[in-house]
Amino acid sequence: MTREKIESTVKNFLVEEIEVEEKNIVPEALLKDNLGIDSLDFVDIVVIVERNFGFKIKPEEMADVRTLKQFYDYIESKVGDK
Amino acid sequence: MGIYSCIGKNLEEVNRSLYEGKSGIGVDPMRKEYGYRSPLTGIVERPQLKGTLDRRLRIGLAEEGEYAYMATLEALRTAGIDMDYLEKNEVGIFYGNDSSAKAVIEAHNIAVEKKDTTLLGSGAIFQSMNSTVTMNLSTIFKLRGVNMTISAACASGSHSIGLGYLFIRQGLQDVVLCGGAQETNHYSMGSFDALSAFSIRIDDPAGASRPFDAGRDGLIPSGGGASLILEDYDHALKRGATIYAEVTGYGFSSNGMHISQPSDVGCAIAMERALTDAGIAPSDVDYVNAHATSTPQGDMFEAIALDRIFGASQPLISSTKSMTGHECWMAGASEIIYSTLMMQNSFVAPNINFENPDEYSRKLNIADKTVEKNIDLFLSNSFGFGGTNSALVVKKYKA
Repeated sequence: MTREKIESTVKNFLVEEIEVEEKNIVPEALLKDNLGIDSLDFVDIVVIVERNFGFKIKPEEMADVRTLKQFYDYIESKVGDK
Repeated sequence: MGIYSCIGKNLEEVNRSLYEGKSGIGVDPMRKEYGYRSPLTGIVERPQLKGTLDRRLRIGLAEEGEYAYMATLEALRTAGIDMDYLEKNEVGIFYGNDSSAKAVIEAHNIAVEKKDTTLLGSGAIFQSMNSTVTMNLSTIFKLRGVNMTISAACASGSHSIGLGYLFIRQGLQDVVLCGGAQETNHYSMGSFDALSAFSIRIDDPAGASRPFDAGRDGLIPSGGGASLILEDYDHALKRGATIYAEVTGYGFSSNGMHISQPSDVGCAIAMERALTDAGIAPSDVDYVNAHATSTPQGDMFEAIALDRIFGASQPLISSTKSMTGHECWMAGASEIIYSTLMMQNSFVAPNINFENPDEYSRKLNIADKTVEKNIDLFLSNSFGFGGTNSALVVKKYKA
């Protein structure tokens, strides 16, 4: 999957399903502090990522993911074009 | 008061349906596909909450919780209680609910498919528990008083009001949100349908629920949400609240017998206790909202009990379930709202489809059509599986 497709898919589900305000979706945004994503939202994001990207997030792999860019990087590492 | 049901989505619509004797029963195609013996049900429209209620507050709501939320919005509005009041004052909640089948079954289906519980999402647990309605409403409306669900089968809603009344009378709470909620999805009633307790008058949905009629062949499940704000009298006066009516008596009993077979003795004890608690005689009662669900056995036992208590005074009696179907966990609360609307507007709603009495119901003064009548006081019955019985006495408020 291309980086562009990954970013647009994530952006879409953050707006449509997690109901994050679109204007706040910038690469440097902190998932928790800027986008307001809490621990319960992460439970739903695991489900949505599995549905959209076909892999299961492992919590230990997300430990260092703080920003949206790092989240894109993480998904790209799993499903990005090699 | 606030109501969201198959005969209307607010007090005004419901009042009109009651007056006109309008049925809310229809056929659910999903039930046919699922293998129900009877696909009849109250048809309740799901509210659209996306865009009006924050996601985190919304996704824990199961279907019945959405109905309860809608009813509570109207109840708070008509009681003159806003979020500012709720943030500054302690309000409790007793709400009747006794299942959340859809949430449980859908979570199970995902687990079977994925073999991974971490893919169930965050809302499943908050939708699945029996206390789903109270845990969600207390969070949404910032309630900080007593907080619990009453699970008492088809008397849940009635007992919730009885307990709210007792808590206020004991001086433990000034204001309590009471009510009942009932899911209507096709998962929720399959095991009840297994008992062959539902009407199979499928070609005539509006004529299927016929409490007390000799031709009745079973109940029709239904649902929605019904909310009432119970408040200490002096507190309500001080607040300048609109007072609709006064709860003056609560009676309860348990049959201690068969799990599904009703008992005229248990019904009568609950009614007698409610009358005693209210300090009134049967002849003071202008109207009885019967539990009568349209089952052969249940209506017969209630008719025997009603005749025993009200045989001499002959108040008007009707079962609004003839129009709504059996709203189960919600019914005891919604029927207090239906009866209070009648009391406010001086009419008795009809027991539709009551065409031929049987040997028990012929002894009762059943309203087979709308009757224009002043009501100063009514009694409402609710009975449930396991032999739980509840009766409430409600009096018109006169300033």
